[in-house]
Order: sequence, then C-alpha cells, then structure tokens
Amino acid sequence: MTVAPAERPAAASVSRRVAIWLDRRPRVRLALLLAAPVGWLVVMYLGALGVLFLNSVWLRDEFTGLVSRTLSLDNFIEIATTPIYRTVLLRTVGMAAAVTLTCAVLAFPIAYFMARVASPRVRGLLVVAVLMPLWASYLVKAYSWRLILSEDGLLNWLLAPIGLRGPGQTEIGLWLVFTYLWLPYMILPLFAGLERIPSSVLEASSDLGARGGTTFRRVVFPLVIPALAAGSIFTFSLTLGDYVAPSLITTTQFIGNLIYLNFGAPNLPLAAALSVVPLLVMLGYLALARRLGAFEAL
Amino acid sequence: MSGRGARWGLIAATVGTLVFIYFPLAVVIAYAFNSSGSTSWPPAGFSLRWVDAALANTGLRDAFVTSVAIAFGASAVALVLGSLAAVAVARYRFFGRQAISFVVVFPIALPGIVTGMALSTTFATTGLPLGLLAIVIGHATFCVVLVYNNVVARMRRVSRSLEEASSDLGADTWQTFRRVTFPTVRSAMLAGALLAFALSFDEVIVTIFTAGGVQTLPIWIFRSFRLANQVALVNVAGLAAILLSVVPVYFASRLTSDTGAVARG
Repeated sequence: MTVAPAERPAAASVSRRVAIWLDRRPRVRLALLLAAPVGWLVVMYLGALGVLFLNSVWLRDEFTGLVSRTLSLDNFIEIATTPIYRTVLLRTVGMAAAVTLTCAVLAFPIAYFMARVASPRVRGLLVVAVLMPLWASYLVKAYSWRLILSEDGLLNWLLAPIGLRGPGQTEIGLWLVFTYLWLPYMILPLFAGLERIPSSVLEASSDLGARGGTTFRRVVFPLVIPALAAGSIFTFSLTLGDYVAPSLITTTQFIGNLIYLNFGAPNLPLAAALSVVPLLVMLGYLALARRLGAFEAL
Repeated sequence: MSGRGARWGLIAATVGTLVFIYFPLAVVIAYAFNSSGSTSWPPAGFSLRWVDAALANTGLRDAFVTSVAIAFGASAVALVLGSLAAVAVARYRFFGRQAISFVVVFPIALPGIVTGMALSTTFATTGLPLGLLAIVIGHATFCVVLVYNNVVARMRRVSRSLEEASSDLGADTWQTFRRVTFPTVRSAMLAGALLAFALSFDEVIVTIFTAGGVQTLPIWIFRSFRLANQVALVNVAGLAAILLSVVPVYFASRLTSDTGAVARG
C-alpha cells in the first residue's frame, strides 16, 4: 500500500518557485549578491570619504564657530602656508619612510630563512609565530614599549651593565616602536614573494658563476620588489595615520595628532582638510605600489 | 646564498627577530602579575592582586563586555557582506569586478585615521549620534576584507564544476548553496569571522573617532595609562586584549592552514 506524500508546505513551494525563477536569471542572482556589500561600501565608506572631502572645502566661521557650507580652499592654503603644518607633515612622511626602510631590511633575513632554508614543518610554525603577534592588540604592544623605554624600564635596565642608555621616549624611540609594530606586515608578504621564486632561477644564477651577493642583488631582489611594495603599503600607511603610538611614546606631534586635536570641537573643516592630506599621500603611494606590482603580490 | 656560515647567520637573525617580536608581549604579561604597583623594571614579585583588582573594576568589566559585543556585531556584518561579495567575484564575470576587490581592501590600506575622520565627519554632518552603531559600522567596514579574502581564496580553489554538477542533477539555487557551496566555504567564512572579531576587538584608531562616550576595552586602556591609580590594571586589561585577539587568530590559522589566507590585506 502506498501512502500519498504529504502536501508540501506552501512556504517551501514558494522558495522552490523563486529558486527556479532565479536559476534562469544569473544577472538577478548577481545583483542580489552584490546589492548589500556594494551598497555598504559605497554609502558607508566612499560616501563617508566624500563627506570628509566636502567638509575639507567648507569653512568654519571664526566668530560663531559654525561650519558655513561655502566652497573654499582656505583650509588647504592654511595648511600649505603654516610652517608648523609643513614641518609636521614632512616629519610624518619622513618617519613613515624611515620605518618602511627599516622594516624591509629587518624582514629580509627571517623571511629568507622561512621561505628558502627552513623545512616545511618549521616554515609552518614560523608563519604562525610571526602571524600571531601581528594580531595581538596593537595598543597593548605600543603601551608595552612605553614601559620598556621609560626611564626605569627594561631597556635601560638591560643596557646599564654595559654603560649604555636606551633612546628613551624620543623620536628615535618612536621609530623603534613603529618598526616593531609593523615588522610582521613586511615579513609575511616578503616571505610569500621569496617563496614564489623558482629554485631553478637561483641555481641558474649560481651556475653562471654569480656569488651569493650577486645573486641576491641581481636576481632575488628584483624578483621580490612587488612583495616589498606590498608590505610597504602597510608599514607606510599605518605609520602615516597613527596618533596613538606617538602620544604614548613621545610628546612630538605627527599629522595624526594634529587631526585628533582639531577633531573634537575646535575646527572640523580644518581637521577634515588635514586628513585629506594623508589620504592624498597614500593614494599617490598606492599608485606607485601598483606600478611596482604590489597588488599582484598581496 | 649557501654555505654553513650563511645558514647559521640566517638562523641567528631569525631567532633574534622572533625574540624582538615576542619580548614586549612577555613584558606586559610579567607586569600583569607584578606584586608592586610601580612600572619600574624588574617586577617586584609574583602576585594576582592586579588580576583581582581588574576583575573587581566595573568600568573595566563594562568596557570588556562592550568590546565583545561590538566585535560580535562587526564580525556578523562583515561575515554577511564579505561572503556575498566573495561569491559574486569568484563565480561571476561582470563589469567592475576588479574594482570590488580593490575597494574592499581600501579601508585597511588607507590610514585608519582617514576612515575614522570620514565616519565621524559624516555622522556630525548628518546629525546622527556617535556611539555603538557608529563603532560597529566603522569596524564592519574594514573587517569585510578579512572575510572576503578568505572566502575568495577558498572558492578559487574549489572547482565550480561541483556546483554545475549539482544543478545538472536537479538541485535548485538554494539546494546547491546549502549542500555544495556552503559546506566548502564554511570553514573559510568562520576563519574570516574570527579574524574580524580579533581585529575589531582591539581596534582603537578608528574607534576613538566614532565612539562618542562609549568605552571599549582599548579606549579604557588608552584613557587609563595616564591615571596613576589605574595604570597597574592596564597590564591585566592588556593581557585580556592579547588573549582575545591571539586565540581567535590561532583557530583561524588552523581552519585555513591549507590556504594560509590569514595575512591581512
């Protein structure tokens, strides 16, 4: 005896009909997939950047303190002509460049060891070992350096027996802290770039008589430029916009500190214009990195 | 670069770099169990007094709970948005496909202060209040890329012929998703969400700009390290912050050990 299958619930048949309708319409499926993420990024991110940009060309009335919505480049003129802003901007870009360079130099040996010397097992462990601190709380790491660099901190305690002193809470100290903070961001892309070099290329170089140094300079280095560029996006960008580490370690002002100071009440349009500056610097940097092939290496 | 000397040099440099990377974390942990309240090195001795004091501090507890709630909210939004975008980019060809993978990376490739300023300026200009919602929006925006990268990497490795076979066998759109696509990307989605949680939990640069009066754990830390009576608690809070970001990342790297897609960006 056969039992007639129970009637399917109406909801299921509706979903089935929608599914059949969708099956024949890949464009509609695509639109449904994209609506939320694209909508979010356009409204919440690009839209917000647009508002930031608008604010940077508005003015703040000196007397009422209100923002007047008249277009003007006065904020940018003020930034370009005020010596203190120029100094701070140059100092910030200089710091970002110094940190990027130091990270690249420090990252090379460990990345090379991971990619080309270590056994697969050790390599896997090292990747995790570099990765985990990258994610460990940024603020706590910066704060830890504040303790390490302080007058009676760990570094001076370590250096005292050999009669030396640490850099203390100065710009040199901050350079060390930034280098520390962003080093893993350089190691990982560099490791990936070095790992991608076929062994045959290095063997060919050595068969042709090149010594280690020559192989490095003329074969390895040119091949990892995209990976270096990819890592440098993070080291450069993260230094450029940071105001927390500078305020923890030093009293020196960086562009982030100026934005933060103007952000509260004082002058929102000026703060907006000040943050358009690192945005523009970074867009230029991204364009350069893209030409070096960074986006293929990410 | 061969030869024993070069090899030992590389090993020494690698060990040195790892020591450099880890010792500041060890310093915070050492201070968290310090028996004295001073920040001078070396710590005076072992004690749990600051752990007890931290657990009893309501401001710190509230900040911790707020941060967990925000991290859940932001990673949930990022999970949905990142997965949808990843499926679209990995399985369809359309105009602007390149642009999407570009725009998704933007919020973490540009300095956080720009994102923070952009959001707070937008909220101020439109008259919306800063606070929890603004924080979650900010975090979700830069967390999308973490889910997106993981899911796209997974989908690129799984042949689309599985999905075609499923639909040839008569499965409809939902059935194919539920029985074929979803099981293959499930662990990548989870890994992405764990990373999003870790990133959101200890983010401070964007958060300060969008927080209004809300205290997250990193904001609590940022405000407290200047206060003499709370500075010893900061180390304990820091230990909690380290654990809650490192543990999810550890599991995420286990989930994606075959693709290694945990690197940011």
